[in-house]
Amino acid sequence: MELIIIFISASIVNNFVLSLFLGICPFIGVSNKFSSAVSMGLATTFVMVITAMVSWLLYFKLLLPFHLTFLQIPSFILVIAALVQFVEMVIKKVSQPLYRALGIFLPLITTNCAILGLALLLVMRDYSFVESIVFGLGSGAGFILALSIMAGIREELELRDVPKAFQGAPITLIVAGILALAFMGFAGMI
Amino acid sequence: MDMTIIIAIATMGGLGFLFAGGLAIADKKLRVEENPLIAQVNEILPNANCGGCGYAGCYDFAVNLVEGKAKVNGCPVGGNDVAQEVALLMGVDAEASIKIVPRILCRGGNKEAIKKAAEYYGPLSCKAMALVAGGQKECSYGCLGGGDCVNVCTFGAMFMNENGLPEVIEDLCTGCGMCAKACPRDIIEMHPIDREVFVLCKNHDDPKRSKEVCDAACIGCGICARKSDGGVEMVNFLGIMHYDKLDPEKIPFEKCSTGAITRIHKNSIN
Repeated sequence: MELIIIFISASIVNNFVLSLFLGICPFIGVSNKFSSAVSMGLATTFVMVITAMVSWLLYFKLLLPFHLTFLQIPSFILVIAALVQFVEMVIKKVSQPLYRALGIFLPLITTNCAILGLALLLVMRDYSFVESIVFGLGSGAGFILALSIMAGIREELELRDVPKAFQGAPITLIVAGILALAFMGFAGMI
Repeated sequence: MDMTIIIAIATMGGLGFLFAGGLAIADKKLRVEENPLIAQVNEILPNANCGGCGYAGCYDFAVNLVEGKAKVNGCPVGGNDVAQEVALLMGVDAEASIKIVPRILCRGGNKEAIKKAAEYYGPLSCKAMALVAGGQKECSYGCLGGGDCVNVCTFGAMFMNENGLPEVIEDLCTGCGMCAKACPRDIIEMHPIDREVFVLCKNHDDPKRSKEVCDAACIGCGICARKSDGGVEMVNFLGIMHYDKLDPEKIPFEKCSTGAITRIHKNSIN
C-alpha cells in the first residue's frame, strides 16, 4: 500500500514537471513530437530508476556511515553524469534516428534538475531501497505523462490558427501553465 | 579536519574511477561502427556548420555524401578545392563546382529612390525598419539600406557603398547564403557566378507608381518579355527571369528605359 501511494504521489499528485516544476527544459524542448517525447521520457525514466538505486546505495551505505553526507550533491552529480553517458551510448547503439531526434537534450539529462531533485528528495524522505526504486519509477512515469500530454497538445496546436504573436514558445508556455493548473486539482489527494 | 579533506578527495576520486572504468568497458562493448569515410570527409569540410548545403551542418552533409545522397560539390563554402579533395577521397569525379554568389536585385540607392515615405529614427537594421511601416523609402519592395546582410556576413565579403546599397566582394564570398536569408525583402538571391542577365528590381507597382518611387525601377513595360521568347516573363509589372529559356542575345538591354534589366560582367569564375 505504501509503495502504491509513493508511486501515485510521485507520478501524479507531486508530478515532477507540473507540480514541482523540475525538468522544464526537456518538457518544452522535446515535446514537439509525440514519439520523441515518449522516447525522451523513457530515457529519463531509465536514468531516474538507476539514479534512485545508485544514489540510495551511495548515500545510505557509503556517505552516511562515514559521515560524508556533505558530499551528497557532487557524488549524485557524478552518478547522474556517468549514467547519462551510458544511456547515450545505449541509445546510439540501438537507434541512430532516436539519437539524432533527442540531440542535445540527451546529454542535457545530466543537468536535468528533475533527476538531481529525485536523488535529493529520496534521501530527504528517508525512503528504503525498494521505496526509492518505486519513487524513481513513479517520477519517470509522471515525466512521461507530462511530456506526452504536452506533445499531444502541441501536435494539435501545429494545425491550429495560433495568433502570430503567440506562435512557438509563448503558446507552449501558456499551455504548460494551464496544464500545471489542471494538475493542481490533484493536490491533497494523498 | 585534514583527514576529512583527504577522505572526501579519496571518496570522490574513487567514485570517479569506478564510473570511468564502467564507462570505458561500456564504450568498448557498445561502440557503434561507422564508416571511417564519414570522419575523413568531415575533416575536409569547412566545419563552419552554416547549412549552406541544405543539410543540418557539416557532419550531416558528410553522412549524406558518403551515402551517395549529396553531391561531391554540394558544399558552396568549400567550393572547388573541397569538392576536388572529397572527390579524391571518395574515388569519384568532381564535376566542376560553379561558385554561387549573392546578387543584389535592387538599384534603388539613396540617389535613385530619394523620395522619403517617412523619417526613420531607430536601430539601423533592416529587420527593425521592415517592422516599422517599411522603412524610409517610398518603394515598398526595395533595399532598406540597414545593412543586415553586411552584418551577418562572417567572411567580410559585403559592404555598404556610398549610395546606401550593399555590394559583394566576390573573391571573399563563399556563397553560404546568410545574406539572402537576412534580407527581409528578399532582394538578395543566390545565383551561379556565370549568370549574367538580371532584372535588378523587385518592384511590383504599376508603371506610374514605380516611376514615381524610384529612378531605377522596373516599370513593367514588358518590352524585354516580348522580345525574349520566354526568357523573361512579366508578373505584376515585374520582369521575372526564366534562366532555362533565356538567350541573352535576344534581350533588348538598350530599350529598357530605366536599365533595370542588365547584363553584368563576369568578374571571376572559380
